[in-house]
Amino acid sequence: MAYVVPRPELTLKEKAYLPSIISGLKITFGHFKKMLQGKTKVTMQYPEEKWDAELPEYYRGAPTLVKDDHDRERCVACQLCEFICPPRAITITPEEIPAGERFEKVEKRPAEFKIDMIRCIYCGMCEEVCPEQAIYLRKDYAITGITRGEMVHDKKKLYELGGVFKGLVHKWNPEK
Amino acid sequence: MDFITSIPWALIAWSVAKAVFVIFLVVLPMVSYTVYAERRVSAAIQDRVGPNRTGFPTTLLGFKKDMQIILGGLGQPIADAVKFILKEDFTPGGVKKFYFWLAPCLAMLPLVSLAFVPFGSSLFGEKMVIADINVSVLGVFAVTGVGVYAIVLAGWASNSKYPFLGGIRSTSQMIAYELSMGMSIIPVLMAQGTMQMSHIVQNQADNGWTLLPLWGHGLSLQSWLLLIPFGISFIIFAISVFAETNRLPFDMPESESELVSGYHTEYSSMKFALFFLGEYTAMIVGSSLIVVFFLGGWHMPGIPDGDGNGGLAILRELPHWILGLVNITCFFGKVAALLVCFIWVRWTLPRFRFDQVMKLGWLYLFEIALANIILTAAIIAFTSK
Repeated sequence: MAYVVPRPELTLKEKAYLPSIISGLKITFGHFKKMLQGKTKVTMQYPEEKWDAELPEYYRGAPTLVKDDHDRERCVACQLCEFICPPRAITITPEEIPAGERFEKVEKRPAEFKIDMIRCIYCGMCEEVCPEQAIYLRKDYAITGITRGEMVHDKKKLYELGGVFKGLVHKWNPEK
Repeated sequence: MDFITSIPWALIAWSVAKAVFVIFLVVLPMVSYTVYAERRVSAAIQDRVGPNRTGFPTTLLGFKKDMQIILGGLGQPIADAVKFILKEDFTPGGVKKFYFWLAPCLAMLPLVSLAFVPFGSSLFGEKMVIADINVSVLGVFAVTGVGVYAIVLAGWASNSKYPFLGGIRSTSQMIAYELSMGMSIIPVLMAQGTMQMSHIVQNQADNGWTLLPLWGHGLSLQSWLLLIPFGISFIIFAISVFAETNRLPFDMPESESELVSGYHTEYSSMKFALFFLGEYTAMIVGSSLIVVFFLGGWHMPGIPDGDGNGGLAILRELPHWILGLVNITCFFGKVAALLVCFIWVRWTLPRFRFDQVMKLGWLYLFEIALANIILTAAIIAFTSK
């Protein structure tokens, strides 16, 4: 079955084509003028303008380690986060806390705690699984480095980013 | 020996010096900043920002920060050039090497036609045109006619079907529109009675621009009647320039959506950049021609020329070299305005279908241009005494 495509009947003005060009030029000029007047809403100019103030509560940025009110590492090197981590970004080397130290009673702490930020997918499972509430996803998102080595956050860097988290461990606290 | 001594070496050296000055200090920067303008204007038209932050890499010289914000991306053309030079220059296996290399060289040929264009009145008593010959109009058209070879050779030598189709399209398109381009300019030449571009501009400075006859002999019935054919000429010439420079809505040879990127599909690095520069040089040549033929060249009402003739009496007191520089600025100002129009049109119109382009060129523009010549002849014949 042949199908005839209906061709529209053009008026003389439409056939001349120049009037439609002019009306088209008017439209584009309108956009141009609006941009020059600064009325057009454009993308955020990133390094100068930042979104930091509007980050939502639940934003998942870089994972960090925290200390408690007594300056104790909350992490007890149970390695749960290492096991849950989907891209296997976390590497923990546990160590025993030697006798005679202030937090001898805690028994274990990480000798080294590394998170490979090239691997990390910011899923937040480490935070969810941590029984000690030691690892938290903070709002840092601009994690950059010049070498691969620089992109691996070690314990020092993680505590630097995480800081101190005061208060009770909420998970076992009925008050929340 | 007689032959060698008879060659005017001083004239040749002086012309070469002028050509180098014009090409390297005026046209090539203008080309690269046209590319920048194209990107910024197109961005503004499409509600984007465009390249606004490439500064000059002062960090390489040991500074803390790049110069960036104030310059608003003006370093972009330099960065582009460096990128093109550093990229790998890849020659595909099946190409015809000699012609494959020749094509991008020919693409820069439009630069030659700038030699005939008077871009200023005079500076320190020197005429601001490289080759002031008495058939400069013909010269320009001859050189632009050769411009098609770049595309044809590129399309053929690439030994690949898309460049080939692009080359074929461009040949037929260039031939079609060269005719109407040449025909449309004849009314102007008839009225001016000369083929020398500097004389055409001088006439316009004395007797009113082709499209603005408001002083001198321009205030006569003949000039006002001639505005009708001149208006038609202007429109046809402008359309043909668009087609000749392969700009949208006539970019058949490239037409990304159909032919990958047309005749320069197989080219990379600096060879591609030469095609790119050639296209923008052709744009500048086209706009300069429009300015010379229709918009009074370097002349601006009220401003005297570089020898202190014409214009307002007060301005004639100024040092003549200032006037000469003002005239050059006027010329390039007009060219820049036209270039912005080129860009504006490009980002407004969709591409024509190929048969529509051919129909427009052969069936309408060419015929209208022919009729226009007869109309002009009739007007000149009946209104002159």
